Amino acid sequence: MAGLEFKGVHKSYGKVDVIKGVDLSIAHGEFVVFVGPSGCGKSTLLRMVAGLEDITAGELTIGERVVNQVQPRDRGVAMVFQSYALYPHMSVYDNVGFGLRLKKTPKDIRDQKIREAARILQMEHLLDRKPAQLSGGQRQRVAIGRAIVRQPEVFLFDEPLSNLDAALRMDMRMEISKLHQELGATMIYVTHDQVEAMTLADKIVVLNAGVVQQVGSPLELYHHPENLFVAGFIGSPKMNFLKVTAEKTDAGLTIAGADLEETTIAASGSQVSTGDRITLGLRPHDFIESADGRLRGVVELVERLGNETIVNVRLAGGTQVIAALDGDSHLEVGHEARFGFAPEKLHLFDADGQTIAR
Amino acid sequence: MATVAEPNKNLKTGLKYLLLVLVALVFLFPMVFMVVSSLKPDLQLLRDTSSIAAFLPVGDISLDNYFAAFRRAPIGLFVFNSVFVTGLTVIGSLFLCSLAGFAFAFLEFRGKNLVLSIVIATLIVPFETIAVPMLMVVNTLPFVGPNGLQWGWLNTYHVQIVPFLADALTIFLFVQYFRDLPKELIEAARLDGATWFQVYAMVIMPIAGPVIATAAILKFLAMYNQYLWPLMVTQSEQFRPVMVGLQYFFQLNTAWGEVMAYLSLITLPVLAFYLFLQRAFIASIASTGIKG
Repeated sequence: MAGLEFKGVHKSYGKVDVIKGVDLSIAHGEFVVFVGPSGCGKSTLLRMVAGLEDITAGELTIGERVVNQVQPRDRGVAMVFQSYALYPHMSVYDNVGFGLRLKKTPKDIRDQKIREAARILQMEHLLDRKPAQLSGGQRQRVAIGRAIVRQPEVFLFDEPLSNLDAALRMDMRMEISKLHQELGATMIYVTHDQVEAMTLADKIVVLNAGVVQQVGSPLELYHHPENLFVAGFIGSPKMNFLKVTAEKTDAGLTIAGADLEETTIAASGSQVSTGDRITLGLRPHDFIESADGRLRGVVELVERLGNETIVNVRLAGGTQVIAALDGDSHLEVGHEARFGFAPEKLHLFDADGQTIAR
Repeated sequence: MATVAEPNKNLKTGLKYLLLVLVALVFLFPMVFMVVSSLKPDLQLLRDTSSIAAFLPVGDISLDNYFAAFRRAPIGLFVFNSVFVTGLTVIGSLFLCSLAGFAFAFLEFRGKNLVLSIVIATLIVPFETIAVPMLMVVNTLPFVGPNGLQWGWLNTYHVQIVPFLADALTIFLFVQYFRDLPKELIEAARLDGATWFQVYAMVIMPIAGPVIATAAILKFLAMYNQYLWPLMVTQSEQFRPVMVGLQYFFQLNTAWGEVMAYLSLITLPVLAFYLFLQRAFIASIASTGIKG
């Protein structure tokens, strides 16, 4: 049983703080995805779990053991690198079995484990080849195979799919997901691709500038982002943001702005005072074409994808928004259109970017 | 368009080959002159130098100079000494310098950059300036050998080997090569459970073929051509290498034919070594395929 526990984990390079105090628990068998923009510290955090980076302050526990001072090889972790990091002079068989050879595993057991891993990853026919003779997807399998045979308690994936083309990426994503179900091991996966995060994770950890922004299930993050950053980061296309002014009324909160005609929504508004400038968030898929909608604008770009139509609209106040409409929407570039929305789909954020409780 | 491009391309290729042939000739002429001259008697050799015949095996051709050279000097012993000293130094230096390079490239320790700077700085110190101080040092060093403890290293093999086991150029070559290797390779091996020495021996060195070949060739040439140092530290014939042996042929009357015969003989190990490593060099580049 190997869960992980981060307690006030910090990392700094000289005076530069990269990880600014992470507290996080990961249960055994969970699939956790660290997601965030480039430079947010997600890979550093993963490398700290692997033992490839020192922990400047705080405590990291794997299973029952504090591992701050434990060597990478003694942590019971295996890692799959973005560049695969296969040993170029060894065959696939030797690459996969390298860890076992170092552990002095008897030859017959080693052979059995290598072949088992090859079977799981459907690469039995590749065992005699050198990495240079493999395609990107095959190399990725070998890298995963190398991790599997060691039967680690924790698998670490550092952007493993970013060097693959789109189709292969989807295949490998499904395979990794299947692998997780089959092995039942704890997996930590780093990516900057929120689609990967949404599809794979039991739990997503959104990081920005070395700080955990929110931890939760994919749908939790999608429907209930705690702040502007998470709201903007999770979901594709991105959530639209409009600046509005709030007014407290008996009915709840009345909001209006240059882009939005006066709208009243049911909300306690306890965090808001009349006259506050707040940010309204609305997902593209929550736009509804409607003649009496409260958003008015001119269509600037139409992308017809068949199942849906993505429309860029310049609103009355000058803000550009993206709406994802039905596939059979008749909007054309240059049309003036009105859009409505279900009030409960709105997200409100205060001046500090924190979600306003409804 | 193709008709215009074709002659241009041919002309370019032709010029390229012409240039390569010229360069090859520049390098080949001294060798040809040496071998051809070793087959001629002194009088003809000197007479031929003023004409193209200097490069042609014409006239009174025989192996007499070779027999004479063997009579004049213990060539077998000199070649053995040189190959023995050079071989051990190359092997030892590849091992030690690659370890040093590995440490500088991958390990973190206090003062690493300072130490590396100092090592590289020694590149600009000519050997001649430290030869005498070094002689004084080795003259007082102890050595435990088959005859028990002895003081002073003069007139031995190890005095010709140990001082040259580590050198800045070889270390520098390894550091540069190692730094360009993907860091993930080392990290993957560390996670797979390799100790630092296993990373060195099982992951890094097997893919270091090109730099090993380069360093070996450079070191071999430098060691095989050693003259000043062996001359200073070996007084008896027993330990002298080929370059010092050359002295045997420059006496009252220099027998140029014999000199050329001797030079031809002592060039053979260098050629053999170079050809062997060149093959290894190309093979290692072709097989590793570090990319991706």
